Amino acid sequence: MLKVLEYCLVTIFIAVALFISHWLGQQAYTWMPPQATAEAQRVDALFSFLVAIGAFVFLGLVGMMVYSALFFRAKPDDYSEGHPARGSVKLEILWTVAPTLLVLWIAAQNITIYNQLNILGLKQIVHFPIESPAYAATDQPKPVAEQIQVIAKQWEWGFRYPNQAASHELHLPVNESTRLNLQAEKVIHGFYVPAFRLKQDMVPGRNIGLVVTPTRIGKYRLQDSQYSGTYFALMEADVYVEPREAYNQWIANLALNPADTTNFAIAEQQHSPKTLFQTGWQTGSLGESVAKSDRLTEGDS
Amino acid sequence: MTNPAIASDPDPTESTQSPRSWRDYFRFSTDHKIIGVQYILTTFIFFLIGGLMAMLIRAELVTPELNLVDRPFYNALFTLHGTVMIFLWIIPFNAGLSNYLVPLMIGAREMAFPLLNAISFWLIPPAGVLLIASFLLPNGPAQAGWWSYPPVSLQNPSGQLVWVISLILLGISSIMGAVNFVTTIVWLRAPGMTFFRMPVLVWSVLSAQLLQLVNLPSLTGALILLMFDLAFGTSIFDPAGKGDPILYQHLFWFYSHPAVYIMALPAFGIFAEVLPAFTRNPLFGYRSLAIASLGIALVSIFVWVHHMFASATPDWMRITFAITSMLVAVPTGVKAFGWTATIWRGKLHLDTPMLFAMAGAAMFIFGGITGVMLASNSFDLHVNNTYFVVGHFHYIVFNTITMAIFAAIYFWFPKITGRMYAEGWGKLHFGLTFIGANLTFFPMHPLGLQGMVRRVASYAPEYQGWNVIASLGAFLLGVSTLPFIANMVASFLAGRRAPDNPWEATGLEWTTSSPPPRENFPEIPQVIFPPYNYGNPRAYGEEPLTQSGEGGSNDE
Repeated sequence: MLKVLEYCLVTIFIAVALFISHWLGQQAYTWMPPQATAEAQRVDALFSFLVAIGAFVFLGLVGMMVYSALFFRAKPDDYSEGHPARGSVKLEILWTVAPTLLVLWIAAQNITIYNQLNILGLKQIVHFPIESPAYAATDQPKPVAEQIQVIAKQWEWGFRYPNQAASHELHLPVNESTRLNLQAEKVIHGFYVPAFRLKQDMVPGRNIGLVVTPTRIGKYRLQDSQYSGTYFALMEADVYVEPREAYNQWIANLALNPADTTNFAIAEQQHSPKTLFQTGWQTGSLGESVAKSDRLTEGDS
Repeated sequence: MTNPAIASDPDPTESTQSPRSWRDYFRFSTDHKIIGVQYILTTFIFFLIGGLMAMLIRAELVTPELNLVDRPFYNALFTLHGTVMIFLWIIPFNAGLSNYLVPLMIGAREMAFPLLNAISFWLIPPAGVLLIASFLLPNGPAQAGWWSYPPVSLQNPSGQLVWVISLILLGISSIMGAVNFVTTIVWLRAPGMTFFRMPVLVWSVLSAQLLQLVNLPSLTGALILLMFDLAFGTSIFDPAGKGDPILYQHLFWFYSHPAVYIMALPAFGIFAEVLPAFTRNPLFGYRSLAIASLGIALVSIFVWVHHMFASATPDWMRITFAITSMLVAVPTGVKAFGWTATIWRGKLHLDTPMLFAMAGAAMFIFGGITGVMLASNSFDLHVNNTYFVVGHFHYIVFNTITMAIFAAIYFWFPKITGRMYAEGWGKLHFGLTFIGANLTFFPMHPLGLQGMVRRVASYAPEYQGWNVIASLGAFLLGVSTLPFIANMVASFLAGRRAPDNPWEATGLEWTTSSPPPRENFPEIPQVIFPPYNYGNPRAYGEEPLTQSGEGGSNDE
């Protein structure tokens, strides 16, 4: 009788855990920034799947621990043995094989989704410095409508458009694949737009391609994601995803009247914020690198 | 089996039975127990320094704007916070605890190389002081994060060079320690202490120290090369001179990922000692947990690229290392299942060590799950270098490992000092730590998912809410150390006298006096039981266990 009751309770517990895990998996979508690319939807689906599985494992194990802490307490002076089980070959095999299969399943999901990410670049990059002819010859498996050069320096983003106009804001046509040629000047930077769910380090001396296909019109934030020195936190830029016509018009205008955007790092150095502790440590090479270059000159690459 | 520790003469300069005074802990000594305590006290000071830096960081992050520290100072704070907590708190603390316990647990009189042991320890204070003193340099200490990726780390040569020298010294200390631990565990086990009679803590120390031997030279090598770039004008890692910064990343992570397991394995070992003692159950699946320690060590050698999923790494490398990284979940899963099964249907005594161990094990499961998420390279492309990663690894290094360290301190405090700590204060410490840790580190996950990158002193206003919670938690963690320190000091001076085995635990360390005599055991014990022989009174010293008997058949 007691046995039956126990099985019922375990069944109910598993059912509740399954329900909560499923619910958390659905909630996971809302923990993310807006989905501005097709990639974002796939990454969020993977995250939802991981949250659901993770929540079930967590609830199962921690549920057992909490239940034990509540109901399996010893009397203060009772130091006799709890249960004599030293192990169970069956159980131990089960909990070695089950997680193996589980992580292989997760790995398979991950690989499937990674292959669906239309971000190119990565197959051909690396191993070949820019000069290497092998690199230049690699094919581009995917037609890209637009190529934009992204230049990261301490501490400023610069973008050069196909018509050679340059700006400190990134404009992208919606629903089209744009190839970003990522170049870093002195140190490693990271190209990261949270709404795109994509990140790629930019390494000096290597030309790394990243393809983005934004699907949602709006304004987003580009943030340097690889620590790049003193003013790293200020290295942000605005990203505008807009219809093709608006994009064309904008780059045409840009060619006529180059836009001027404030450089946060220079602004902060000129009016340094009042902080309680001022060290005066000179560690940024801001003076030489950015000050002379608030314009992205045509011939610097 | 011959036991060199018995045969070798005791150090003639120290009397074998001298009563120990507190002054001994501040003198040069080759006694593994004194060295162990020296490690523990020294590293705890660095823990407080690292914690102070963390509180300054969290204070700056209360508001989106910059208003407490300027940027170079902030960058120095997070760089040294990470370096101090890893290389001057967890790794050497574990070395200290292992120093104290391993010879006792395997029934040896001393470590294999007592002098080398002392040298390993005495490298740590100067290296640590050197690192902290770099705050006094004209341009401050290293400011490139604890990874110190070139080329950005090459831009502040003075502070970075001090950082490199300090880390090389600490690395040499760890390598010497590893040689000592592995030799001790392999050769100095008491008669009858077969490998499968060793406590899991000894297994996990063995696994962790093997990792030190295999992987640490890679970091030391990378640091020496970085030193050449910094000081001697080479450009091994500097792309401006055709160097390759990605090479540094590989060399760095080839050590620094296994370093996570070098830190975590002893914590898993602590759980395996504490949980059985306070559930009164034998450790469930002892053999599989012992082997899983080696399994974790082995797999962890092949996972380092998961730190570089967003770096200049090709697809095949990302996918291969995603799979290997996920496989770590298998042996760690075996551990987590074993702990849970040990707790299940036990007779639980929720004393302070047990509270810390259970909470640590539970939060490890959380950190392990986010770890599998990060191993999925498609998802990692989004959260790499964000606060999600920071939250994940603090669930490991603080909510698991530091919780385990506190469990260990409370559990073995009676053995080390011969006095009991105050239970009420211990529970208060646990409560504050548990709440503070979750308040601090949980909010980092939503922040990372929202896209807040790590290592920033100022951030977009929309991230402020979770940041305020995290900062409040961090201040609570700061407060939580006060009852701990008060308890430790007061109990050391005037605590109730501890019996030899206050927890009625199994394990050779509980069969000797508290604190143990100079050479640990009046006579070297003859081991006839598997470990965790709960339910058998003779296993925890209520009857003499030096003669062999039917207990030997208790092996699985």
